[in-house]
Amino acid sequence: MSSAPPRSRDERLGVHPFPHRHLLGIAGLAPHEILYLLDEAEQWIALNRSTAKRDDRLHGLTQINAFFENSTRTLLSFEIAGKRLGMDVVNMAVATSSVKKGETLIDTAITLNAMRPDVIVIRHDASGAVRLIADKVDCPVLNAGDGRHEHPTQALLDALTIRRRKGRIAGLTVAICGDVLHSRVARSNILALGTLGADVRVVGPPTLLPPQIERMGVTRFTDFDAGLEGADVVMMLRLQSERMDGAFVPSPREYHALYGLTAERLARAAPDALVMHPGPMNRGVEIASDVADDLNRSAIPEQVEMGVALRMACLDVLTRGQRGVEGWA
Amino acid sequence: MTLALLNGRIVTPGGVIEGGVLIRDGRIAAVGPFEVPTGAQTIDVRGKLIAPGIVDVGVFAIDMPAFVAGGITRALLMPDQSPPLDTVALIQRAAAAGKPHVWIHPLAAATKGLKGGDLAEIGLMARGGATGVATGREWIADSAVMLRLLSYAGALGLVTISHPEDGGLVRGAVATESEAATRMGLPAAPAEAEALAVQRDLLLAEITGAPIHFRQVTTARAIDLIRAAKAKGLPVTCGITPAHFLLSDVAMGDFRTFSRLSPPLRDEADRLACVAALADGTIDLICSGHDPRGPEAKRLPFSDAEPGMAGAETLLALSLALVRDSHVPIERLFQLLSTTPAHRFGLPAGAIEQGAEADLLIVDEHAPWRINSEQLVASAGNTPFDGLPVEGRVVTTVKGGTILG
Repeated sequence: MSSAPPRSRDERLGVHPFPHRHLLGIAGLAPHEILYLLDEAEQWIALNRSTAKRDDRLHGLTQINAFFENSTRTLLSFEIAGKRLGMDVVNMAVATSSVKKGETLIDTAITLNAMRPDVIVIRHDASGAVRLIADKVDCPVLNAGDGRHEHPTQALLDALTIRRRKGRIAGLTVAICGDVLHSRVARSNILALGTLGADVRVVGPPTLLPPQIERMGVTRFTDFDAGLEGADVVMMLRLQSERMDGAFVPSPREYHALYGLTAERLARAAPDALVMHPGPMNRGVEIASDVADDLNRSAIPEQVEMGVALRMACLDVLTRGQRGVEGWA
Repeated sequence: MTLALLNGRIVTPGGVIEGGVLIRDGRIAAVGPFEVPTGAQTIDVRGKLIAPGIVDVGVFAIDMPAFVAGGITRALLMPDQSPPLDTVALIQRAAAAGKPHVWIHPLAAATKGLKGGDLAEIGLMARGGATGVATGREWIADSAVMLRLLSYAGALGLVTISHPEDGGLVRGAVATESEAATRMGLPAAPAEAEALAVQRDLLLAEITGAPIHFRQVTTARAIDLIRAAKAKGLPVTCGITPAHFLLSDVAMGDFRTFSRLSPPLRDEADRLACVAALADGTIDLICSGHDPRGPEAKRLPFSDAEPGMAGAETLLALSLALVRDSHVPIERLFQLLSTTPAHRFGLPAGAIEQGAEADLLIVDEHAPWRINSEQLVASAGNTPFDGLPVEGRVVTTVKGGTILG
């Protein structure tokens, strides 16, 4: 078991630096609260790279991962994060759950709550669904993605990746490219990176950019080349064809021709521009394989690695109150 | 049976007058000063308003306790029932549901099953008691069907009530495109979906010369189109609910499903345009849009929740805000709530005058109360105004000379 991290001034004074019960979104978080989670995540990166990979500070606590929407990567990331902290991790199988039989989400929340978990991680395909559940349970809730609304841990792990690779976030130009309309990742990243002082652009076909997105403090580009010009970070998004009930783009072929990231296109960005993607990728659609696999430019595997560390930090911080950690009760 | 209401302030089309109302055998026998007949039951209303009963155009449920509490004496029932009101028998049954108290005036489904395809038996339903024709919760996508509907219903002397939203644009949407919808990640449609539908229906109404009523208009663009159509002399009217002239899409914050409405809440500029249109007479009437929805329909994620609000009990109190804010005088408010709806749909109501049926209200327009969704008498308390302090309350509802509550 590793030693406890040094206590900050706020902790010593009894004012803990993350006064939120849940992590439902980036909206409402102050810059110092975001940075606190990133700082906390740093310690877990080293642990995860060691052979021990285990810290039992959350031993005996129960984590339920209730995923109402398919996910492999995020579910696995949260599961590994919980287990490395010593928690009993339970994954709720949605395909066989009674939610499919018409039980309301609130009934499910009440049922989950009655099992006395210590933390619940939720993914749902409806915006706002996680908040609905959070209001009905007694333990911290982590949003693992709700509809098109937010995916806060993804934005935090992206910020952590950028900070480690670039040394800073403030002042960087970040281009978030592709299907912004259907993307919770984009919304959380706009909020997180904007709050931390980055100059954020959204780039994509006009049919996939939400109306009034500029009101969130970003610049809007429908010309991919112009949007990439001089960018320090190019964050590609998955074309979410399963969320589209109409013709948003004519074809994957045309989408790749106009909005696919290729090595030639990437040359328009800053010489050392970082390429990111939340995964899973549609290779040959929004991103060419040679760009995705170029480890000098691509931070995609690193994003996955940071995801586990960042989620460990969130699980640790959000359960401190109930664990009676000094200054957090 | 003779009932004398004394010492009131009577709302008439010409303004408020002091006096009383004498009711004999269900009809108004005298207004103003009169001699109280021997043996008459008397009620001293002590300076409260005596106003015509509210005629509510386009409710989605028969909800007697809510109607009585809200001062609604006649309600035009939308055909979106289970099953849809598309046969004579269903119309007759609905028409009988409220008598002798609050009268229900069913609206005939425009198309069979409200599916937007074949015309329903509108003529037979009119003979069976249908007060008008309605397209239901959605518009009719096929312009040829809409043209034939207007033509056919117009010839029968029926007003067609249209739900003006372009179905293609609003498919899957639960909000108006806006900063709020974008931040919340809600599927949204442009507000212009309403103007598109209004424009088409106005053109079709012009071709046929048939009367058309838009149950709810909520956007500046649609209002402008209707204003222009009225200037040309087209027989068009439109309504609105208090939610759309008092709330903007900010009320959806925290994914509050009680604010999930159809049409959805608009932005502040549209809301202000609605208030201006109420003041200048472009909007003809105010309705409750009463659509009580239980927790099964509302305790869900925002986009999964059913649209609609319980509006009957709060209709008058919320509408009185227009008077307090000097947008309309009190007599104009009751034209919006009672007189115009009655006249538009040919109902013998909407005015306190000698010989008329005694459908009226006693209203304490300054009574303060707080809207509490758990204390409403409606079959469900899904109001986006939960917790709002309001002024003005119906003290007594009288229908056909009978005190209902």
